[in-house]
Amino acid sequence: MRFITIDKKNWAKGIGKSRETYRLFGPVKDKNGCLIKPLENDTLPDMTYPDTVMSAKSVLFPQTEKMLFTSLDESQKDHHIMKRTATDYTPRAVVGIRPYDAKAMELVKLNFDTVDYRDPYWCDAYDATTFIGLGINTPGPFDFSTSAGSGPFGEDGLDVLLADLDDTYLAKVLTDKGDAFIDACGFYTTADETESQMLLDILRKQAEKNIVSHMDTTRLKEKTILELYEAPFWEDISFSCINCGTCTFVCPTCWCFDIQDETKQNISDRIRNWDTCMSPLFTMHSTGHNPRGTKTQRVRQRFMHKLKYFLDKYDQGIMCVGCGRCVKSCPVNIDIREVCNIMNSYEKQD
Amino acid sequence: MNTCINKIRELSFELLDKGEVEKVIGFANGTIPMATSPIAITSTKDIETLVFNSTCGLNLANYIRQHKGKIAVIAKGCDTRNIVTHIVENQVQRDQLYIIGVPCNGMIDKTKIASLFEDDIIEFSEDGNALTVKSALKEETLNKTDYLRQNCRLCLHKNPVIYDALAADLVEEQTLESPYPDVKKIEAMTPDTKWQHFQDLTKNCIRCYACRNACPLCYCPTCFVDESGPQWVGKGQNTTDVNTFHFLRAFHCAGRCTDCGACVEACPMDINVRDFTRKLNKDVFDLFGWEAGLDITKRPPLDAYSPDDPDDFIK
Repeated sequence: MRFITIDKKNWAKGIGKSRETYRLFGPVKDKNGCLIKPLENDTLPDMTYPDTVMSAKSVLFPQTEKMLFTSLDESQKDHHIMKRTATDYTPRAVVGIRPYDAKAMELVKLNFDTVDYRDPYWCDAYDATTFIGLGINTPGPFDFSTSAGSGPFGEDGLDVLLADLDDTYLAKVLTDKGDAFIDACGFYTTADETESQMLLDILRKQAEKNIVSHMDTTRLKEKTILELYEAPFWEDISFSCINCGTCTFVCPTCWCFDIQDETKQNISDRIRNWDTCMSPLFTMHSTGHNPRGTKTQRVRQRFMHKLKYFLDKYDQGIMCVGCGRCVKSCPVNIDIREVCNIMNSYEKQD
Repeated sequence: MNTCINKIRELSFELLDKGEVEKVIGFANGTIPMATSPIAITSTKDIETLVFNSTCGLNLANYIRQHKGKIAVIAKGCDTRNIVTHIVENQVQRDQLYIIGVPCNGMIDKTKIASLFEDDIIEFSEDGNALTVKSALKEETLNKTDYLRQNCRLCLHKNPVIYDALAADLVEEQTLESPYPDVKKIEAMTPDTKWQHFQDLTKNCIRCYACRNACPLCYCPTCFVDESGPQWVGKGQNTTDVNTFHFLRAFHCAGRCTDCGACVEACPMDINVRDFTRKLNKDVFDLFGWEAGLDITKRPPLDAYSPDDPDDFIK
């Protein structure tokens, strides 16, 4: 661990230099809001945006990703044998990722990289990626990250944490990957470790104090799954839900996908697409039976998974980092903070 | 519109109190600024949760299907037109509904208001035509008329077309010399520019289907994009598949769309989905003199057959 000071005058040059080694991703303003995108040509990451509409999860887990392919041409020796699609796993870096989005990567990792199984697509992308985070000096009104195990200056999942000090960035280099990125940028002005840490602590405390949005998760652990599952409030919570996929797609921790085969001429691709538990199709059986056939069941599933099943299964907190995107983007304003508080305070009436 | 809520609550109270309806479907305040959420009230003690203001941009006709008993619904002009469409299309029976009509002065364009601020909005309030909007960095006082949604600015049916009671006095309807300026602009484009316009429109679509699901017309038990046997459309982010969804959905709505704007309201990516549907509304008006949802005795033109149809091919 070390601290580096980066004069903002040298920022563009350093980022440019890093392109010799890295493919860069970062926040870019667009007519549809601010999104995490590949930083083409000389585009710099927008370090001033309040928040991106979509999280950074697509950098490792694209909405549509080719996994395997095969030829259907029977004159080919290896026809109908699926082979892995070539994907570029050269080093990439996400510059300007928010700490809660980086924390989300660690939660998603619990699913894609387990003792029993390693998802090669996600893990190879993860291994190739360096996360350069930007601490949030003034958290927005939707940010409840401190209630969700992250925070405006959280370090989980990050390789470098940057703090914006007006004319300079203070960079806390957290991992070897972070070291390599800072070196590739040519940033070398070392800052005093004790002083820098003190400064960072002050910024963190100030930012955390500015967070106005909270939810209470303290009692979720002690609740029994079935009591929450059978609780009477799900009908009311789900009434307004239109069952779109917005909450799951904007969520940095939602990892579900669907696998599809798509054929064009003689080439068949096996593709995975983001899927959403809000859609009836998510659980539709080939018989036509749907075990999660009503929207109330689907809404319950989403919140139970995030706030109870995940917590019980991994014992690593809830499957939410408090970014507030679902709260902001939900067309009918279903608010996870409210639902969490209802679940957390629920007592079964005998 | 600020005072109509008292009348809405009064009417709703009476209906629930006398047991005339099982529930009242309306709007409740949201948890964040400029948000309201559809809600069903079943008890008179919850009457105070009902609100109505310029942020009630969703269409409550979307919430009235598949109820067995009688329900009351709060409906703006466009909502009532979709209720008419529902009745014509046998999605709900007229006598199942108690319609509390709200003469409407338009809903606000939340995206346009948000674009005035660099940071998130933390407070929103309205008093007549005056909107007060606050972020951590600044406060703005705006004229509501300058920040209406485009569909509201072009609206020709602000008053409910069908109702059992009104929540306020009827408002004056506007006449527009050119009700489709946006469509005309696109029509005037060269084919290449037009194509590019629609490519740009859907470029960031995430296929969450919020537009479809917020739309009262989109009630198919299984949407064509969700069919799996046969599967008509690819499910990924391939441009052709994304466009197919938008084009086909628009065509499915031809002659039925009331331009309520719920699709645009719901879209998390701020895509102006109405660019697809408006052209068809205009065509149906030009060809058949038809505006959707004005008369419960008439079927939409693309759903009707007449022996004296002027076109030969259909005979």
